[in-house]
Amino acid sequence: MIGIDSVAVGDELPPLQAPDVSRLTLALFAGASGDHNPMHVDLDEARSAGLPDVFAHGMLSMAYLGRLITDWVPQERLRTFRVRFAAITPVHARPTCTGRVTDISVVDGERRATVEIVVTLADGTITLSGDAVVGL
Amino acid sequence: MPLDPTVVGTELPTATMTVDRGRLRFFAKAIGETDPKYTDVAAARAAGHPDLPVPPTFLFSIELEAPDPFSYLSALGVDLRRVLHGEQSFVYHAMAYPGDELLATPRISDVYTKKAGALDFIAKATRITRADGTVIADLQSLIVIQNPGGTA
Repeated sequence: MIGIDSVAVGDELPPLQAPDVSRLTLALFAGASGDHNPMHVDLDEARSAGLPDVFAHGMLSMAYLGRLITDWVPQERLRTFRVRFAAITPVHARPTCTGRVTDISVVDGERRATVEIVVTLADGTITLSGDAVVGL
Repeated sequence: MPLDPTVVGTELPTATMTVDRGRLRFFAKAIGETDPKYTDVAAARAAGHPDLPVPPTFLFSIELEAPDPFSYLSALGVDLRRVLHGEQSFVYHAMAYPGDELLATPRISDVYTKKAGALDFIAKATRITRADGTVIADLQSLIVIQNPGGTA
């Protein structure tokens, strides 16, 4: 956790390195999240749609971004959180979450920081990008 | 296949989940959570929470508790194998904890087509409320459908 009085534009959040995406992770996430779309866990189903393999739930990577944020500020300070899913995350990919403070302003009488957040794979592919707003 | 624009405004079946610690610990395991306040009640209480906090993106899972959460897609003639998640947002109003009975009320807020029909989009807005009426969060999802023969 940070000293929230000292947050400044340009600050980088401590990056979060997620583990390589395994089939076990996808099976656990399907069960825990309730997203049972077979495209994430059933190779036969993926192949029937012409894909070479299953791919990760987008919300798994968004959950990693959630960890990036709640490792940095207490969750009760999180006001908004949004992402665009730019590319799929293949099995065995290695997602890294990063964030940078881009704005600090007063909204509804509260000092708030906007953090731009990104998930990048080892090959440089950006899979998610978005922002989160936290109360300071 | 163009989506029927008259579906905009359609309320989808509501879903409920009574949050429990076991399911939150399962979710924490699946996402590799290492912060003990998401798995250990004593750590959560030491951080000022009454119990394990429901983590930020878990609220997306409430509507997935419906018996067949993707049936609205099949009803629209959408093949689930061609569906991607395009965007997701959360606006938070209150924290949620184990014991809370959460209600998700999803609604189709927009449908549109791009790239000469190669891509269809469904926007969905979901409000999460606690049984006592407290609003927990407002979610928006953008679902992308890649149509066969498209160039996208």
